[in-house]
Amino acid sequence: METLKKIAVPVGSIIAFLLFWEFIVWVNDWPNYKMASPSDLPPAFARYSHLFIEMGWQTLWRTVAGLGLAVLVGTLLGMAMGFSAIARDALYPLLVGFNAIPKATLVPVIALLFIGQHDFNTVLMAFLISFFPIAVSVGIGLSTLEPEYRDILRSLGASKVTIFRKIALPKTLPEFFGALKVSVTLAFIGTNLVEIVSPHGRGLGALFKSGETNGDYPLMFAVLIALAVLGIVLYYAVVALEKIFAGWAERPQS
Amino acid sequence: MTNLIEIKGVTHAYRTKAGPLPVLDNLNVSVPEGEFCAVVGPSGCGKSTLTRLVAGLMKPDQGEVWLHGERVTSPRKTVGMAFQNPVLLEWRTIIDNVILPLEIVAPRMPQRDREARAMHLLEMVGLKGFERKRPSELSGGMRQRASLCRSIVHKPDVLIMDEPFGALDAFTREDLWQTMRDLRAAEPFTCVLITHDLRESVFLGDQVIVLSGRPARTQHVLDVTLPADRRIDSLYTPEATEMLHLLREQIRIAQGRDGDLH
Ligand SMILES: Nc1ncnc2c1ncn2[C@@H]1O[C@H](COP(=O)(O)OP(=O)(O)OP(=O)(O)O)[C@@H](O)[C@H]1O
Ligand SMILES: [Mg+2]
Repeated sequence: METLKKIAVPVGSIIAFLLFWEFIVWVNDWPNYKMASPSDLPPAFARYSHLFIEMGWQTLWRTVAGLGLAVLVGTLLGMAMGFSAIARDALYPLLVGFNAIPKATLVPVIALLFIGQHDFNTVLMAFLISFFPIAVSVGIGLSTLEPEYRDILRSLGASKVTIFRKIALPKTLPEFFGALKVSVTLAFIGTNLVEIVSPHGRGLGALFKSGETNGDYPLMFAVLIALAVLGIVLYYAVVALEKIFAGWAERPQS
Repeated sequence: MTNLIEIKGVTHAYRTKAGPLPVLDNLNVSVPEGEFCAVVGPSGCGKSTLTRLVAGLMKPDQGEVWLHGERVTSPRKTVGMAFQNPVLLEWRTIIDNVILPLEIVAPRMPQRDREARAMHLLEMVGLKGFERKRPSELSGGMRQRASLCRSIVHKPDVLIMDEPFGALDAFTREDLWQTMRDLRAAEPFTCVLITHDLRESVFLGDQVIVLSGRPARTQHVLDVTLPADRRIDSLYTPEATEMLHLLREQIRIAQGRDGDLH
């Protein structure tokens, strides 16, 4: 019963949303070239199914690669900031400043720096846009660890590495996953940004672009839906990982 | 009998923005092997600092700390610690929390032996049946019991406790005093207990050390003359009342309010 409810409620809300969309288009009598309706989408998916699979895969692996890089670098930066006040003072203004730059402005810079390296550019952008929340959350998680937690192991002569592995790391995991949920969405945006803007790009962003060029509105909307689906899949993949590795932090619901 | 813990002329000051803050002033404490030493003193006088020095987590500016005839310069595996906050790791079950020190101190000990040792202790403190629960599923008193088990699971010869029962209600606290007494009978260790509760110091201690206000010196040492097999009732005997009275008086002096009786 509970699981049925868990599935039925979100599915119901999605169906309601699609019906509403269909209704709006129907009421306004918008033609296909102005606004596609949900009923136009299945034919578009069917016509370009091989492209969706190929391009969807491109977008997916680049996003995951960029996110993986962000996890690696973000965690290292966070560890540096969490353990050393000097590193914190040195890195914080740089990171905040960098994060404030709208990433769209970096697209031409990267494109010029690495001409033609489409895969590399896309992964790089996904990484650049998404490492910040991870670095900050790991940094804060580590620097706010109560000294008593450290002392239980330190009083036994445990090494810094052991204390990190057994206490600091697991204790920071809930914050880390909170940040990862933000980062996964950001990385996805970064990937698509480059895919849409680059000439001769690949991935769902490029497919969107080609729909625009050809005036194929149903295709463009189908891409948007595919992006939404992929975004949901990525997000819930992170949620599933969180359940596995930091499920203990969930308060029992009353 | 040798003194297991020997604190000789320890002086320590924290360096703060407003200049050095002297916390301990030429402190001398001796605890014979197997004895239970309760330490009381005004709030902020330097008791927690003392525990950190004995545990080797800090080095004193002057003076020496000796354990087992060896000078303490860094943490050692033969020490157990318990704090007011039980600091259990939320991502571990109760039994895995208790096992934690063994993972550091006895990395080669088989997991089965570790669990058997932890189970034995959990049974003694009345937590049988809770070993697979998470800390968040236990009451404050039960968490503190688990924390006690963790502090002695590796059979330390020195147990250092910093107000371990301070956050508990009066009845739970008295329960834990008795648990502590039983643990001590079953597993001999030398103990330093910091407390704010004079009845606790008399019930558990073989000697009670009263520290002066900051910077702390040894102001008074009381030998507790109650029998070894104490019960809560022992606190209501005339001897106990007299000792509690004397301690209260000493605390008043330590707080610098000796002119202001009653
Ligand atoms: N790391 C530190 N840096 C600077 N000052 C400190 C530090 N730790 C403690 N102090 C100061 O040293 C004094 C003694 O602290 P300590 O924690 O040892 O007292 P305490 O007797 O345990 O107090 P309480 O009874 O409240 O637990 C206090 O005034 C405290 O503010
Ligand atoms: Mg204290």
